[in-house]
Amino acid sequence: MEALTVHEGNTAVLERANVDTDQIIPKQFLKRVERTGFGQFLFFDWRFKSDGEEDPSFELNYPSAANASILIADHNFGSGSSREHAPWALQDYGFRVIIAPSYSDIFYNNCVKNGILPVRLPEDQVYELMQNGNDKEYHLTVDLQNQQISDKDAGFQATFEIDPYWKEMLLNGWDEISITLQYEEDIEAYEKRVKV
Amino acid sequence: MKPRTIIDKIWNEHAVRAEAGKPNLMYVDLHMVHEVTSPQAFEGLRLSGRPVRRPDLTFATMDHNVPTLNRESITDAISKKQIDTLFDNCREFGVELADIHSPNNGIVHIIGPELGLTQPGKTIVCGDSHTSTHGAFGALAFGIGTSEVEHVLATQTLWQSPPKTMEVHVDGRLGTGVTAKDIILAIIAKFGVDFGSGYVLEYTGEAIRGLTMEERMTICNMSIEAGARAGLISPDQVTFDYLKDRRFVPEGAEFDEKVEQWRQLATDEGAEYDERVVIPADEIEPMVTWGTNPSQGVGIHGTVPYPEDGKSATEKKVIKTSLDYMALEPGTKITDIHVQHVFLGSCTNARIGDLREAAKIIRGNKVADGIRAMVVPGSQQVKLQAEEEGLDQVFKEAGFEWRDSGCSMCLGMNPDFVPEGERCASTSNRNFEGRQGKGARTHLVSPAMAAGAAIYGHFVDVRKLDQTVSS
Ligand code: SF4
Repeated sequence: MEALTVHEGNTAVLERANVDTDQIIPKQFLKRVERTGFGQFLFFDWRFKSDGEEDPSFELNYPSAANASILIADHNFGSGSSREHAPWALQDYGFRVIIAPSYSDIFYNNCVKNGILPVRLPEDQVYELMQNGNDKEYHLTVDLQNQQISDKDAGFQATFEIDPYWKEMLLNGWDEISITLQYEEDIEAYEKRVKV
Repeated sequence: MKPRTIIDKIWNEHAVRAEAGKPNLMYVDLHMVHEVTSPQAFEGLRLSGRPVRRPDLTFATMDHNVPTLNRESITDAISKKQIDTLFDNCREFGVELADIHSPNNGIVHIIGPELGLTQPGKTIVCGDSHTSTHGAFGALAFGIGTSEVEHVLATQTLWQSPPKTMEVHVDGRLGTGVTAKDIILAIIAKFGVDFGSGYVLEYTGEAIRGLTMEERMTICNMSIEAGARAGLISPDQVTFDYLKDRRFVPEGAEFDEKVEQWRQLATDEGAEYDERVVIPADEIEPMVTWGTNPSQGVGIHGTVPYPEDGKSATEKKVIKTSLDYMALEPGTKITDIHVQHVFLGSCTNARIGDLREAAKIIRGNKVADGIRAMVVPGSQQVKLQAEEEGLDQVFKEAGFEWRDSGCSMCLGMNPDFVPEGERCASTSNRNFEGRQGKGARTHLVSPAMAAGAAIYGHFVDVRKLDQTVSS
């Protein structure tokens, strides 16, 4: 997994609440047996019209969202199905950071495990970012080590909370299974004790 | 000892490592696997040369891609590849699989309980958000992503931060003709689509105690639609009676011993939860959703809301977007909504009890003109049982299609889907945009309400039908 320390990039604004993983990646694209190549299907039903053309009215297709690597979204982002194809698609499309007031639990975990940083900020700060970014290119710097977000021009500055364990994993790009296997003795002892 | 909730008891029992300020390393007692969320996990094991640590605690089935007609011949090449991949992976890693030909095949959350794999006190995971279903037995069961599936396959554990606990108390008695599906839809409508976020819910109260195991599963199944990590119900005699004599449940004296242990699991009198919500049972009516998330539902005598009814700017916008997608006018009576499809199926409502409930209403009636109605039993065992009881005849004579088991139209990633712009009364759990097919409009209802809609072509109060039948 790629380590994430300080990330600087353009933002895309998605002013919608309860965006579920069925929208992030519709089910007709869940049939692949690989982990890669899902970016082309991200938000498929919103991004493309039925004739296959890009829909210019969808936020990710705005010129201001070109090459965005930071996604700003509303409450309860990533709700619904546990499909990890959702973070795979976001990542493959180029997103490394998501900023929203709240997430579904499974989606949040899935992001961290794939090297995407999901930042929780209070609603008013998220709406301020949306205002700043919704009609023009808007670059943010996300500093995970110091848990800070800032821009150059509009004077936005915020700190965010993150579980220290998830933070360490993201900073180092660790593979969680190797960490766990260091506790093999504990797992074995547990299995003996409760006889599973 | 301080009184504890069942959630605390199961949690403490399963912590392999617990350090302050860190997620705990939790042992997993049962890992259910299906074809959509597992291929990349097995691939990961192969790449790193790791075995499945406990194949004996792992059980696989195929359900999402399986066609419900001619299930042996999958025409979609990519679907077929996913099915074949699971077959090969299970063989390579020594995992038991209920494949397409197995009499035990079915939707993952239906076969776990059916086979007795699901038991009180267990920690159960599956790469599927509706794993919360298994909580009906007093198990701590939750959905995980594919990285976590790989992690559990390799280590039989998961890193999890301790959950917050919430009691969802359904107070008093349920009215006649109100079902488990109505309870959970009413709970989500009342408290919102993410009220459970970060919590494990325990459903309590007389109305819950009075439910069968199958009905309890319907409730726990939809905990995830409230954003909860899991939902469960303390086990009782109803639970133990259901489990007796199932394949993976111990027999004889060992069973009695288990029951004694299981009894200890129930939440202690006076135990404290982090949060508590209460819904009076007698305010619950048969429910119908009108929008594109499961909280957007009202009782059968309600109307479609106005965007202005939203309590915040965000909610107003959400209502507006949902109504646009659903092509519904504010103020429309729910009973005036006509449907073109009726889907009786999914891990929420496709157990034998659900089919019996629907059949009661269907018997001797005909599906209304212009409606396509189908029954997709949740498992091959459910199908067989229904056929033994002659329910398939009841449905077929009324004009329903009678299918093999699978996820089917619940998510439309197989040949079954709702065409663009058409409306479906569905017993499944998600009414998201495009869930049942691109542009499909889903109304979530109970099996009885779906049956009523099939006969009348629009939503009806099934409690009134009951009366006419009996008078
Ligand atoms: S029936 Fe629907 S909700 Fe249940 S496991 Fe299948 S796709 Fe998921």
